[in-house]
Amino acid sequence: MISLVDVTKVFPGMDHPAVDGLSLDIAAGEFVVLVGPSGCGKTTTLKMINRIIEPSSGEIWVDGVAATETPAFELRRGIGYVIQQIGLFPHRTIAENIGTVPELLGWDRPRIAERIEDLVVRVGLDPAMLGRYPSELSGGQQQRVGVARALAADPPVLLLDEPFGAVDPIVRFQLQEEFLRLQEELSKTVVFVTHDIDEALRMGDRIAILNVGGILEQFDTPENILSGPASEFVADFIGGERGLKRLGLRTVGSVDLTRGPVVDVRSDVETARDAMAQYGTEWVALLDGDRLLGWVWGEDLDGQLTDLEPHSFWVELDPESTLRKALNAVVMTRSRVAVVVEDGIYRGMLGLETIAGEVDQ
Amino acid sequence: MTPTLAQAAAEVGIDWGWVFGHVDEMWERTVEHVTLTGVAVVVGFILAVALSLVAIRWRATYKPITWFTGVLYTIPSLGLFAFMVPFTGLTLLTAEIGLILYTLLILVRNIVAGIDGVPANVVEAARGMGYQSRELLWRIEVPLAMPVIIAGVRIATVTTIGLVTVTSLIGQGGYGVFIERGISRRFLTEILVGTVLSVSLAVLFDFLLVRVGRWVAPWTRKTAV
Amino acid sequence: MGSPVDAKDGGVMDLFSDVSDFVTDPANWTGMITRTLDHLWISLSATLVAALLILPLALYLAHYRRAEFLATSLVNMGRAIPAFGIIGLALPISLALGLGVGYWPTFVALVALAMPPIFTNTYTGVTGVRRAVVEAARGMGMKDGEVLIRTEIPLAMPLIWTGLRVSAVQVVATATLGAVVGWGGLGRYLIDGFAQGDDAQVLVGAVAVALLALFVDALFAVGERFLPGDQTADRFSSVTA
Repeated sequence: MISLVDVTKVFPGMDHPAVDGLSLDIAAGEFVVLVGPSGCGKTTTLKMINRIIEPSSGEIWVDGVAATETPAFELRRGIGYVIQQIGLFPHRTIAENIGTVPELLGWDRPRIAERIEDLVVRVGLDPAMLGRYPSELSGGQQQRVGVARALAADPPVLLLDEPFGAVDPIVRFQLQEEFLRLQEELSKTVVFVTHDIDEALRMGDRIAILNVGGILEQFDTPENILSGPASEFVADFIGGERGLKRLGLRTVGSVDLTRGPVVDVRSDVETARDAMAQYGTEWVALLDGDRLLGWVWGEDLDGQLTDLEPHSFWVELDPESTLRKALNAVVMTRSRVAVVVEDGIYRGMLGLETIAGEVDQ
Repeated sequence: MTPTLAQAAAEVGIDWGWVFGHVDEMWERTVEHVTLTGVAVVVGFILAVALSLVAIRWRATYKPITWFTGVLYTIPSLGLFAFMVPFTGLTLLTAEIGLILYTLLILVRNIVAGIDGVPANVVEAARGMGYQSRELLWRIEVPLAMPVIIAGVRIATVTTIGLVTVTSLIGQGGYGVFIERGISRRFLTEILVGTVLSVSLAVLFDFLLVRVGRWVAPWTRKTAV
Repeated sequence: MGSPVDAKDGGVMDLFSDVSDFVTDPANWTGMITRTLDHLWISLSATLVAALLILPLALYLAHYRRAEFLATSLVNMGRAIPAFGIIGLALPISLALGLGVGYWPTFVALVALAMPPIFTNTYTGVTGVRRAVVEAARGMGMKDGEVLIRTEIPLAMPLIWTGLRVSAVQVVATATLGAVVGWGGLGRYLIDGFAQGDDAQVLVGAVAVALLALFVDALFAVGERFLPGDQTADRFSSVTA
């Protein structure tokens, strides 16, 4: 969908190129993150794709067309563009801001209005805001408008330059989640620039790690980058806690769960002791049908199980939770396991061994 | 030799009879004053837009343009009128040329400052969405510069209204006629009438232009969070 | 009257030879020098007196951030009140007080007109000093007067100077109108020239008064370089704001 072939950018008056002989191939529907320290040319690279910055040499292809052969304004109308400072037009209402590109493309009014209505809901804004001006919105809301505006003409390609850099961490996380959800629906070809490796790992299908001077160090999936950093630089850049970061990429649902020492609360004490022996634990979990009640120490087993007051598993996970969350759950309970519950139904559990095994692979 | 304060106060008292007897002339002078001002500001604005477009298109011309209009602005108004009298006479044309030249510095400076004040990220976002230079200027930059441009028009208008009082000295009417005649007759009431009318007209136009400003820049009505 | 007709009839060359006759006639030299010096003197003294009267008030109000409304409305008032009207009004008052025509009404009007730009620029300059700087100064133990003298005034100096410059130039311009209330100065050439239909005299006066205004402006521009502190402030920032 997007191809950069040996692209170099030297800014006038600079000794060293900002981007040096960079080649990248980005497939349709792929979410690619450009990440690296300041001065690595990630933003320059992004801005060469829609020719906000003209490359010094090399070729850039977008959707089978040479970018440099297309008039810049025409090229740009087919590419969604979001920047960190958002750049909403302060003199236009939210609706007018979102409708900018459709208007430039000459859509008729009802079609633009319909499109605006649709987008505003998709990006999670209150339609009551459509008549307001940007200055009346919070930073997070403005960024949502920025995304809606970029999507307005349904461009196949989206370029985002640190779009969530200016909002506080809580809102940033929310926006990231929403954007991923949106991307799942829309399957755009996305090029996303950030300096935050964690954001890159969370968002990207593939990550291009750039070094100062626009040198491509590694271009691969988050999993592969974490398990096999291609260079010292990449290893440094992704930092410590690589194991934890990898756990952040995998979901609980993707690993084999064990049934664990679990018995129905109506069973007798012997059954419970058998289950404990089978798993070598000093505790047993109690179920009421499919519902998880909690766990009890083996030494407390006496009389009817229903008479016992089970300890709760502080953290219950769903299959969408990351293994990183599972690890947290393990260390949070004295039983040293994480339990997985989906829609109130007990699915299984996993312990430290299972989690560690996933990092080894 | 020195009069008492009481005498002085009596001498500088206001002659209301004269005031009520000259309502018709006041109206006449108002029409003259407004016409002189209006023509100057409108023509000045058109010239200033042209000069600003040149300055924006060719940056190197901005300094010479503001330097030249700045020199014109520094020259005393009566001097500027007088300079042209030998060539264009004690005429309306002389008055208007002078008044127009005075508006240029204020207007050009505000138009260019307004355009320059458009946030860079807004311009980048617009370019990223495929605006061409001309569309960018007229649909994004000029509307956003409007508050600053209108501020310039306000200053230019109020300044011009004050300057028009001087044009009576080259025989072009306006409120200056009251002041000039009052001085020659040493008659306070008439001078005061000319001055007060001029101030009132300035305040009125300033107020009207504030309203125009809100109308052309509705987004500034609501304050930022 | 009928001067334009004369000019056309006689042609521009005649006008220039008239001007050259006027300027080269030694009989006019004393007058030219006296009027120029008078004009310069009344302008600078009026600006100085205005500064002495208004600066302390402006500094006091700005330091304590009082009367912000007054500060903003004074700019607008300064523009709205016609200089010609002030000079005119000064005349009957001066007469009533027995100060006569000529010098006093002109001087009083000039002082009054010089005050608003000095006030507003000083006020804007001092209130525009970043709060963090003032807070740091206080944090180091400076008293109010020390904060004003050691941080606020030096940092506001470019704008205060701009105020003086704008005032002085405006005063030179308005002093021209002093001729209407019987004072001398370069305005005499204009008023007399209009009255006598003497284009040469009008032109000489116009050029002289323009040159004097530009000279005073340049004087202040040169003076600006010798000011202490930050000289990067925009000369017109107070006007555009």
